[in-house]
Amino acid sequence: MPINTIDGHTFTVNDEGFLTDRAGGSEDLAAILADLIGIDDLTEQHWAPLRFMRTDSATTGVTPTLRRMQTVGGFDIKELFLLFPGKPAKKLAYLAGLPKPVGCV
Amino acid sequence: MRAIPDGFLIPDFGGASQAPAAAASTDGAPTAYAGPRKMALICSKGNLDMAYPGLILGNAAAGEGIETHIFFTFWGLDIINKKTNDKLKFTMLGNTAMHMAELGYLRPGLEHVSMPQAMGQLPGMTAIATRMMKKQMADLDIPDVPEFLDLLQAAGVHMYACRLSFDMMKLLEADLHPGVEGVISAADFIEISAGAQTIFI
Repeated sequence: MPINTIDGHTFTVNDEGFLTDRAGGSEDLAAILADLIGIDDLTEQHWAPLRFMRTDSATTGVTPTLRRMQTVGGFDIKELFLLFPGKPAKKLAYLAGLPKPVGCV
Repeated sequence: MRAIPDGFLIPDFGGASQAPAAAASTDGAPTAYAGPRKMALICSKGNLDMAYPGLILGNAAAGEGIETHIFFTFWGLDIINKKTNDKLKFTMLGNTAMHMAELGYLRPGLEHVSMPQAMGQLPGMTAIATRMMKKQMADLDIPDVPEFLDLLQAAGVHMYACRLSFDMMKLLEADLHPGVEGVISAADFIEISAGAQTIFI
């Protein structure tokens, strides 16, 4: 599997680039990766859904979809689209160090 | 934004939403559309089971950062009409692919057997089938139709009602879901959907 190195962080990724080892994700790394995907500054508003994603997937074993972020996490979909523009679910999963969500809704 | 280092593998967060650049034409002929990826869905059916494909695809497209437009026409207007969209129904009639997973518990293999059409005509059968489908959807945490429209609106999906069907069915604009941006003509939609991948449902 490909190995990415940045600022002293080394982690394996799948063929799409998502982190393969959930333990490899950290807030320090998330801040670095956010900069790479065009989110310059991770604010508390960004951290809340990212942290929820990690705790939720730790119990369910899968990455929550945007719908689950709304119903279980209580996050506003519109806000998630503003915070993580373009592909919010995938960006969230990437920064949280999780695989991309597989659910349809 | 920081540049991506050499050899760093990163998921595609934008490039994939762009249509592939058309090959430059050498003889001056018009080239294929090469702008950002765009999708247009036409929802023409008002059955519960036919409402979901458009809503789910529209939501998925928006989540991929694709500019998405949905045009509701004919019976599809029932999806965005607040007076009807919480009462969409599912009928077994005319659906030869009607199976029930639960029947497999009675006898293995039964879950793949298509149910007789005559059953669908029994009084109350449509209500039962509708209730069952709604439950199965809810179990998967799929929102019901009105809530799905809220979701699409929040995701920035553009929705329109078809002028001709709207007039034909004598609907009121006040009855339309607030996410619907307008009642537009077929020609308007053709203009809006220029360059889009169009899906008719």
